[in-house]
Amino acid sequence: MRIHIKNGRAVDPKSGLDAFQDVYIVDGKILSVGQPPDSFQPDQIVDAQDLVVSPGLVDLSARLREPGLEYKATLESEMNAAVAGGVTSLACPPDTDPPLDEPGLVEMLKHRARNLNQSHVYPIGALTQGLCGEYLTEMAELHDAGCMVFGQPDGMLVNLKVLMQAMEYASTFGFSVWLSPQDINLAYQGVAHDGEVATRLGLPTIPVCAETIAISNIILLAQECDVRIHLCRISSSAGLALVRAAKDKGMRITCDVSVNHLHLSDMDIGFFDTNCHLKPPLRSFSDRDALRDGLRDGAIDAICSDHAPVDEDAKLLPFGQSEEGAIGVELLLPLTLKYGQEMKLSLAEMLATVTFKPAEILGIDAGYLSPGAAADLCIFDPDSYWTVTPNALLSQGKNTPFLGMEIPGSVKYTLINGRVVYQS
Amino acid sequence: MISKNPQLGKNRELQHLLTTEGLPTSILLQILDTAQTFVGVTEREVKKVPLLRGKSIFNLFFEHSTRTRTTFEIAAKRLSADVFNLNIAVSAQSKGETLLDTVDNLVAMDADMFIVRHSQSGAAHLIAKHVRPGIHVINAGDGRHAHPTQALLDVFTIRHYKKEFHNLRIAIIGDILHSRVARSQIHALTTLGVPEVRVIAPKTLLPSKVERLGVRVFHDMKSGLKDVDVLMMLRLQKERMQGAYLPSSEEYFKYYGLTPEKLSMAKQDAIVMHPGPMNRGVEIDSAVADGSRAVILPQVTFGIAVRMAVMSILAGQPV
Repeated sequence: MRIHIKNGRAVDPKSGLDAFQDVYIVDGKILSVGQPPDSFQPDQIVDAQDLVVSPGLVDLSARLREPGLEYKATLESEMNAAVAGGVTSLACPPDTDPPLDEPGLVEMLKHRARNLNQSHVYPIGALTQGLCGEYLTEMAELHDAGCMVFGQPDGMLVNLKVLMQAMEYASTFGFSVWLSPQDINLAYQGVAHDGEVATRLGLPTIPVCAETIAISNIILLAQECDVRIHLCRISSSAGLALVRAAKDKGMRITCDVSVNHLHLSDMDIGFFDTNCHLKPPLRSFSDRDALRDGLRDGAIDAICSDHAPVDEDAKLLPFGQSEEGAIGVELLLPLTLKYGQEMKLSLAEMLATVTFKPAEILGIDAGYLSPGAAADLCIFDPDSYWTVTPNALLSQGKNTPFLGMEIPGSVKYTLINGRVVYQS
Repeated sequence: MISKNPQLGKNRELQHLLTTEGLPTSILLQILDTAQTFVGVTEREVKKVPLLRGKSIFNLFFEHSTRTRTTFEIAAKRLSADVFNLNIAVSAQSKGETLLDTVDNLVAMDADMFIVRHSQSGAAHLIAKHVRPGIHVINAGDGRHAHPTQALLDVFTIRHYKKEFHNLRIAIIGDILHSRVARSQIHALTTLGVPEVRVIAPKTLLPSKVERLGVRVFHDMKSGLKDVDVLMMLRLQKERMQGAYLPSSEEYFKYYGLTPEKLSMAKQDAIVMHPGPMNRGVEIDSAVADGSRAVILPQVTFGIAVRMAVMSILAGQPV
């Protein structure tokens, strides 16, 4: 299969390319960018006039809810949503039911995903059995089954001894450890940032120190164990400062921020909007601004959607009883563009945080446009605005704080391995 | 997207009473003035007026309460409404029915008004957003968030004894952190123009950034009570001793319990209020609770008139 993508504006954040150049694809791989190959006879021509041709997006956190939580979403529904959002590779956290702690479960998920022939799915292996924080999983076996990295999405391990051993064991095999930095005791029963909004609304709180204490502990343990650490979903200015200091000291540490925390603050909870019940909680304006600055200067490495479909009933409850999470795989590109426009970044700069940078963190060969690369592409109209409505979203979950907002960026084509898997 | 204030209608008229925060002064005064007209009713031999005849009012209590539920029931009956008490804490919800399913069922039984108490902040907002126009919701306490009728009866009591709001110094004393009453009091008092509202508590019982609600923060009774006109005591739950908020009720009483000695630090004519039920010997000494400065029982009486006022105003709103 030969595809000629013509008239488009090719943007490759990795090389810094931003030019009107055609892209030529053969057998699932990029053959050439700009220079037409000799005697190229395309089977398909994609006209990208007025469109941006970008590497497909890499999302570091997208919950597909399989196995076990199909009442919230299915692999089919969420994979359709992913390609509609231009996301061609996604890491799925292990907090399924049962958790992804056995090779068989991972193989089944990979197999089901492969049969759908859409985005590449990279399961994050559970760091501990049942995510209970007591016993290590068979990390090497899980790696053979397809887990690239290992994580504990539900906050920090209570037992630091177990965490240290998990880091040492992962380090033995060169696996990186992904942790959501939140101290479980300090966050206990909390649902909102400890600030004026929670005080007004009478919501139990999660103080910033729940994040900073967890980050401090993780950093100290990681130094001891010489393991590569990725911190998932930084939410506070103080937490970011710790990461920045660790990076300055040369530690192998990376972190990401969710689209929600990049744009929203606890003020958006308004009158108990349960779509703003997130984990970690939305924090103050100044935290949000620090995260935006941190992303621009590289202290934060990537933006993720932190996609979490939740069934309507679980959100139609009092705030504190509602389930946390928001969908976002279809909003990752628009909200990255919106952030980039507001911060006056170039297209290549903003797309870097959702393409090659997350690909490097995940350790996959993806997220760039050069000859030999897999032809995973997102072709979008950056000037087309659309309104977030339940009908406009393919995800089975409709839970997002951005409902009703107008956002930039419509995906027109998504290609995976040189095949058009989505077209609007 | 932040939606509009859910308790006000198109013309900023009261459709639900969910919180005192953001209520215009005019509505607060309308409630107080209407309540004043009902004080006479409650003192008559025939204590009924026909304002809500034929209306069905459901007391939806997801949290146990006898006192508040009873005062709402009396208020509704004095307005000639039909009142139905549902003790949901031990019925449908324990069988797995969701909050909104319960509400839908009662709407199908032609409910006109819901009085809601729930352990979760925001529960009354959720119900108000869910019901169709013309059905009114009164928040009778949601989690730590709000208890607006309690705050309204408190300001009614203050107006009764002090006449004006603009020259008062008022202290709220106790567990502010967990108190929906304190939050509603603060909003009502600041909206009505009380120039100085104080909170007095140890740091473990104060929510963060509480000063942003427009109050002055004190940690000791001596400085906090100086020149105060009104003392609003809060109930201290026994559970606070378990949650590492306080070491013991004895130590709390010694430093924050209202004794005649501590009361003498306030103004000579200061009044003492308490939302009830009181823990004698924990937050208040019997000598104060039963003393001449306490207006705790009048608060209860006024509470019925205030709740009648809220119900009659809501029932009278155009759909």
